[in-house]
Formats: sequence, structure tokens, C-alpha cells
Amino acid sequence: MTLLAVDDLVVEHRSPGRPVVRAVAGASLEVGPGEVVGLVGESGCGKSTLARAVCGLNPVTEGSITFDGQPVTPLGLRRRKLTGIQMVFQDPYASLNPRRRVGDQIADGLRTSGDTTTTPADLLERVGLPRDFAGRHPHEFSGGQRQRIAIARALAARPRLLIGDEPISALDASAQSKVATLMRDLAVSSGAGLLFISHDLSVVRLIADRIAVMYLGRIVEVGGTAEVWANPRHPYTQALLGAIPKPDGLGVLPAELPGDVPDPADPPPGCRFNPRCPMVMDVCRDKEPDFGPVACWLHEPR
Amino acid sequence: MTLDITGLKVSIRGKAILGGVDLSLREGQVHGLAGESGSGKTMTGLAVLGLLPHGSQVTGSVTLGGRELLTLAPKELNEVRGGQVAMVFQDPATSLHPMLTVGRQLTEHMRHHLRIDKREARRRAVELLGKVRIPGAEEAYGRFPHQFSGGMRQRVAIAVALACSPKVLIADEPTTALDVTVQAGVLRLLRGLCDELGLAVLLVTHDLGVMSAVADEVSVMKDGLVVETGPRERVLREPAHAYTRSLLDSLPDSERGPRPGTRGDIRTEES
Ligand SMILES: Nc1ncnc2c1ncn2[C@@H]1O[C@H](COP(=O)(O)OP(=O)(O)OP(=O)(O)O)[C@@H](O)[C@H]1O
Ligand SMILES: Nc1ncnc2c1ncn2[C@@H]1O[C@H](COP(=O)(O)OP(=O)(O)OP(=O)(O)O)[C@@H](O)[C@H]1O
Ligand code: SF4
Ligand SMILES: [Mg+2]
Ligand SMILES: [Mg+2]
Repeated sequence: MTLLAVDDLVVEHRSPGRPVVRAVAGASLEVGPGEVVGLVGESGCGKSTLARAVCGLNPVTEGSITFDGQPVTPLGLRRRKLTGIQMVFQDPYASLNPRRRVGDQIADGLRTSGDTTTTPADLLERVGLPRDFAGRHPHEFSGGQRQRIAIARALAARPRLLIGDEPISALDASAQSKVATLMRDLAVSSGAGLLFISHDLSVVRLIADRIAVMYLGRIVEVGGTAEVWANPRHPYTQALLGAIPKPDGLGVLPAELPGDVPDPADPPPGCRFNPRCPMVMDVCRDKEPDFGPVACWLHEPR
Repeated sequence: MTLDITGLKVSIRGKAILGGVDLSLREGQVHGLAGESGSGKTMTGLAVLGLLPHGSQVTGSVTLGGRELLTLAPKELNEVRGGQVAMVFQDPATSLHPMLTVGRQLTEHMRHHLRIDKREARRRAVELLGKVRIPGAEEAYGRFPHQFSGGMRQRVAIAVALACSPKVLIADEPTTALDVTVQAGVLRLLRGLCDELGLAVLLVTHDLGVMSAVADEVSVMKDGLVVETGPRERVLREPAHAYTRSLLDSLPDSERGPRPGTRGDIRTEES
């Protein structure tokens, strides 16, 4: 059975005097128990909005989200604790209370899970931080240290679904692979699911079982990590993987996508990628490829 | 304009944070700064602008075009900050005021520092938003920071830093919230500003791919000290310090170009 099922989800941001922003525009995604799904995509394509909707923090306009067979409704924090979903927010300050010692905040998580043997210092150690950091406040840390504290706090609660929104973006490569692997191991060994949002494709490749690629509010490609990596099929996925800068010391600037970054308040008709797609065909301009696993007219399932 | 940091030491409430940092930024060059999390990269940037946390003690020297910044009076330092030297903070929330529209934040200092009128400031602000790849720049001008995605806020913070045409830019992890294609756009923008306008950049980044794409010089920090400095190609291809080597070794092999003296040996990442 799937742990999390997001089905044809639409989430809109409305603010007075501004056009409605359809940040998630019909996205479907599943996460199974013990599974790690990497969610990648262009900045502003709706990843955080989707994640927040799963936590009940953004109201659902259309479609549905079910966690453990139960619909997720916007009930906020209390329900999140009850349902066992934990999220590490993109901004670590959104995960941590600036006025409390981090050890106390991690202890809250341990209480949620009824864990009486682990101490906050143990968790700090597991994310690669000194044990005596427990007595400090969030502002007394570097960016990467703060991110790891937010992760320690979320892990303490032993969630059944852990959502990490760019949780390790400030760490160097070796710390990244350690912490990402830790998150993966804890999820997999306890049968929890992990939805891992990241711009760092090498980390996603390291820990995800499946990759979901998002573009302008929709999931455009889903597949096994190795498969997508070796053989990306959607032209956007191809562009994305092709733009990873190589640490070869040669000073080569990676390629940018042609055309403007699209505005979710004013999406192009037909395939959402068509104004920037090198393979665009006539059909792409007037019909949206509304199917999976690769939402592209070149890969229509028969 | 050049910026020289020499023997910079910082301690916070008696605890040593920086143990004598030396770095030089040259006109038209990107100086990349990598290093362990918690090694003092952010503190180095903050020290240049006199923005260290309360209770910090600083010694050493930071000179901008020969002028010592560490002993500057607060008023003069304010003039330098946001004028000749600008900073993109690691946490975009620090760069942006939550209650002001991004248009207001972009134009506020512009009118003062560049002595231009309101219309011209607005035009420039919209142009800058477009340059950092914000979609619908005209409309975005009137939005508040929370109405953007994480990566968009980061780009707005870059635009704010560039608003007054600084001579020196300190950018602390400015592309961590960007996907690789948008990141490519922002890196091209920075590279272009260096090449065309002679901007000097200190680019703090843990991403060695980013480093490799735009940096001219690379320095690596560990435990409050710069452990290695040199031209990009040398540091990334023939690292002298063990820590730099360990960073490069922790990258999946396929990401790395062949290094001289090594075969493209294939290791799997599992195990
Ligand atoms: N307000 C503070 N009080 C005491 N110590 C602090 C404070 N802020 C930061 N530190 C410590 O100073 C050291 C250097 O921090 P800094 O933010 O410069 O690291 P960094 O190299 O930027 O790391 P990262 O890559 O994680 O952002 C860290 O060990 C951190 O714990
Ligand atoms: N409160 C809001 N009001 C209006 N628009 C919003 C709001 N929050 C987000 N948006 C818009 O919704 C879109 C999706 O934002 P979201 O934060 O989900 O993107 P993201 O994929 O997480 O991007 P990033 O990788 O940059 O964090 C963006 O265009 C953003 O400008
Ligand atoms: S549907 Fe057409 S425009 Fe869209 S990605 Fe496929 S080929 Fe490109
Ligand atoms: Mg986001
Ligand atoms: Mg930092």
C-alpha cells in the first residue's frame, strides 16, 4: 500500500490585488513505506507548495492528498504530530524556534515519539555535530549546522513520513552524503517514507529510489533513479541533467535553458515546456500532454 | 577595486572563530571560498562589512582600495556597505525585509547612492529582477518576499545586492536554492559583471561544480583558517591540502573530469 498519495493536486496562492498563482497545477505523486522519492525541478516550480500542502499547511484547491488512506486536511501542526508527518523546511528558521535551546527542541521531538533512551546529544552526534551544541540557541550556528539541527529535530519524532525541503543545501559534499545517507537509512529501516526535495542532483541520485521531475506545477517525469539518470526522457529532464556543473577545474559555464523562466500565473498553452523545448512540435502548442510517466508528446504511452 | 583581508582573527565571547584569515579579491575576478561547514566562511564575510554578532572581537586588517575598513566610523562604514561593497547573505531572510515590497527594497538605496529619480530607479529595478531570472518582473516588483519561492527570494537578494552597482560583492552561498539551469543563468550574470564592469566577487560556495564554473582563484577553509589558496585549475585538479583532496574524493566519480595521473576508475556509490 502507498503511504502518501498525491492525486491531481492543484494548489493556488491567492493574495489581494494580485493574479492567482497556480503553483501546483495537477500534480500526482506517490511515496511508499520505506521508499525515498527525490523531487527535483526548476526554482519556483511548486515543490515547496506541494510539500506544504502534504503537511496541511497550504489549502488544496483541487485533487486530493491521502496519507495512510486518510485524506490530509488543513488542520495544521496538531494534526501533523498525530499523523506522523515531519517536515524540514527550506528555511531552517521555519523549523526551529529562535528563542529556545536546540537541545530542548530536539527533546520535544523525542517526547512525541515516546523515545526515552535517546538523548538530544545523541542525535546531534548522528548528524555530525558536537554533543555540547545542545545548550546553544539557533542563531549561534553556521548555516549548515542549523540545517543539521532541523534534521535532528525532525528525526527525533520518528515520523512515518519525513519531508525534507532542501534540508542539506548548505553542507559540503562529504557532509551531504553522510547526512543524506543517515536520513535514508532511518527512513528505510523503520518503514517510513522520505520525500526529498533538492536541487543537488548528485545527492538525489545517491539516496532516492525514484525521482520525480517537476516543471511549472506538474510532474513531467517519474522513474527509477538509475533509469532516469542514465536515460532521461523528458526534454526538461535532459536539460536539467545536462546543466550540472562539473568540478573539473576547467572554468566551463553550464548551459542555461533558452527563453524566459515561466510565470505560474500565466502558463503557456499546451505543453508547459513548449516555449523552451528544443524538440517542440505543432501538437505541443495546443494540447497538454496529460499522461505519465513522461508527460511529453514524444513519449505518449500506447 | 581590490579588497585585502590580512591576519583576520575573530573570537566570540572568548571562543576563537577565525584564526588569522588571508584573502585578496581582485578587480574583475571571482574568488571562490569553499570549506567545511562551520569553518568560518560566513564570519569572514560578515567581518568585512562590520556585521559580526554582538560580543565579537576582531583583529587584523581589511582594506578596500588601500583604506582600512575595520577601524572605520559606523557612519562611514554604512556608506561603504551597500555602496562600494555589497553582500548576499547565506539566509535570504537576512537580506530582505519581510514587510516591504521587493521593489521598495531594490530602489531605496539606489536613489541615494546612484542619485537617480524614482522612475529611473524603478526601471533599473525591474531590469535587475529580469537579469536574475525572476519571471514576470514588472509584476514581481510589487510583491512581498513571502510571495516568492525560496530560490526566487535568493535571486531577489542578489538583485538587491547588485542594485547600487557595487565594486565588491560578497556572495555567501548565493545559489544553494537554485536548480542547475537557473543557477547557470545567475553564474553567467556574475561572471559577466566581473568581465565587463570589473566587479570583484568573493563567492562562498560548497559546490565545487559552481566553483569550477566561475572562480578564478579558489581558497579552502577549515577550522577558522585558510588551508589552501591558488588558481582554480590547480586547486581543483591537484589539491595540495588533505582536506581539499577529501572534498574532491567524496564526489561521485562520474561527476569529476579525469585528473592528471589518474585513470577514470569506476567506483560504485553503494556499500
Ligand atoms: N552567534 C554565534 N555565537 C557563537 N558562535 C557562533 C555564532 N555564530 C556562528 N558561530 C560559530 O562560528 C563558527 C563559524 O561559523 P560560520 O557561520 O562562519 O561557518 P561557515 O563556514 O559559514 O559554515 P556553513 O558552511 O555551515 O555556513 C561555527 O562553528 C559556528 O558554530
Ligand atoms: N504566498 C504566496 N503568494 C503568492 N505566490 C506564491 C506564494 N508562495 C509561493 N508563491 C509562488 O508559487 C510558485 C511556487 O513556489 P514554491 O515555493 O512552491 O516553489 P519551489 O519549487 O519550492 O521553488 P524553490 O526551488 O525556489 O524553493 C512561485 O512562482 C512562487 O512565486
Ligand atoms: S510535449 Fe513537446 S514541447 Fe513538451 S516537452 Fe515534449 S516535445 Fe517538448
Ligand atoms: Mg522551495
Ligand atoms: Mg555560512
